[in-house]
Amino acid sequence: MQVFVEAIITAFALLFEGSRELWNVIVVTFRVAILSTIAGFVLGVPMGFVMGASRFRGRRLLIALTNTGMAVPPVVIGLVVMMTLSRRGPLGFLGLLYSVDAMAIAQTLISSPIIAGLTAAAVASVPYKLRLQARSLGASKTEEALLSIKEARLGVLAAVATGFGAVVRGVGAVMMVGGNIEGQTRVLTTAIVQESRRGDFGLALALGIILMLITFTMNGFLTWYQHSNERFERG
Amino acid sequence: MLEHLASSVLRWRALLLVPALVAALLLPACAAEEEVAVPDDPAPEEVEVTSVILASTTSTEDSGLFGEIVPAFQEAYPQYRIDVVAVGTGQALEIGRAKDADVLLVHAREAEEEFVADGYGIERRDVMYNDFVILGPEADSASLAGGDDAVAALTTIADGGHTFISRGDDSGTHKKELSLWEAAGIEPEPATHDWYLSIGQGMGDTLTMTSESEAYTMSDRGTYLSMREGLELVVLVEGDERLFNPYGVIVVTDANNLEGAQAFADWIVSPTAQALIGEFGVDTYGEPLFVPNAE
Repeated sequence: MQVFVEAIITAFALLFEGSRELWNVIVVTFRVAILSTIAGFVLGVPMGFVMGASRFRGRRLLIALTNTGMAVPPVVIGLVVMMTLSRRGPLGFLGLLYSVDAMAIAQTLISSPIIAGLTAAAVASVPYKLRLQARSLGASKTEEALLSIKEARLGVLAAVATGFGAVVRGVGAVMMVGGNIEGQTRVLTTAIVQESRRGDFGLALALGIILMLITFTMNGFLTWYQHSNERFERG
Repeated sequence: MLEHLASSVLRWRALLLVPALVAALLLPACAAEEEVAVPDDPAPEEVEVTSVILASTTSTEDSGLFGEIVPAFQEAYPQYRIDVVAVGTGQALEIGRAKDADVLLVHAREAEEEFVADGYGIERRDVMYNDFVILGPEADSASLAGGDDAVAALTTIADGGHTFISRGDDSGTHKKELSLWEAAGIEPEPATHDWYLSIGQGMGDTLTMTSESEAYTMSDRGTYLSMREGLELVVLVEGDERLFNPYGVIVVTDANNLEGAQAFADWIVSPTAQALIGEFGVDTYGEPLFVPNAE
């Protein structure tokens, strides 16, 4: 029990101490997570909307593929991205391997299927009658689509939060394509792996607590937003 | 039984194999603990086989050396069976202190000598050494090729600001690298030296990254040779005595199987074993991984 208490104390001490190294790690963690969540949003929400709201040939297959994409192990995605960005790979000329950009690319491949799949589920749950009604009132296709997204916004928000959660806690892919370079591509999760391997479990756990604090804060905002919306809807 | 399983619709019967497999795996271990003679060897004089626990390091185990020398020892001494426990050097010494191992084969000379001085081990004897090499790209912008002075090479890398990738993981290899920087009077800090990358990863990952980044690094020769095919890295500096990594054998004081431990230690420094060590790796890599140096 003592070790856990010590880890919590270490976590806060590290945060307040504000060591440059730790803040660097936190900043890189955020940069990767935010870049890949935005990219995942841009790719995933339209795709999820199409899958959730329209009926077309191959829709089920697309949904099945998206759900599979949600389950692909991050190390496999990391491996594919690494081989692609390798000097001997097809995009090697870009010189992106072992950079924050490479990490964001890999994490986008992780976040977009999650955001697409959950958006599809949220949009599909918007009552069909509501859309029929809008159409009967003369709404254009675009207006109907915007209405569906607006109705499903809390679900879409949850999708984006889940995507952010997946990239902020991911380790396999970022370790492979980022390389855990101190001061450059080291993020909280790869630092945790490193400290555990070194046997500094206390520090590793403290970093884990910091990671949890970040996720907790993000989810806190989300819950607060959802509740304020619900209150608004109840009037 | 197998036909039945194959034809049976009740595929779950295969599950029954699981406990059977577990039992099959466990039984020999149990038998070994009881130190019974090998039953399916109806030799006229049945010898009692006793276990000798050899604590060594993961890197030694990973090199495959034990697969070569342990069977040879057991052939010469059928009354002993070597059980290798592969852990970190520090942990191997710790196991020795607790007398949970009978004999040690590790590579941390100072710690080994201290171990013996403190009375935990009977004597430390040289067995062999492997070495570290400084690697870099064929292009070699720092012009290190052909050198045999590791410290001078590192000084050149630092002065020219050539990218150097460090394991940065507190491993034996990382400590070795740091001692060389110290000898060069340089204290590389990722925060201030942008050419020095510390990645906190294992040797394999470090070599991959070095190859991809056309950078320089220091590696043990064995890991480099085993990965050489996939890397665009060449040995630039080798042969410096400061790059040598000596291995010693120590019999643990009052070991459980003192006789077995002593027999193994005497055998591994014998000309027969030394010759085996000197040949190990030649078939696979075209050069030996270890240089025998017992007296």
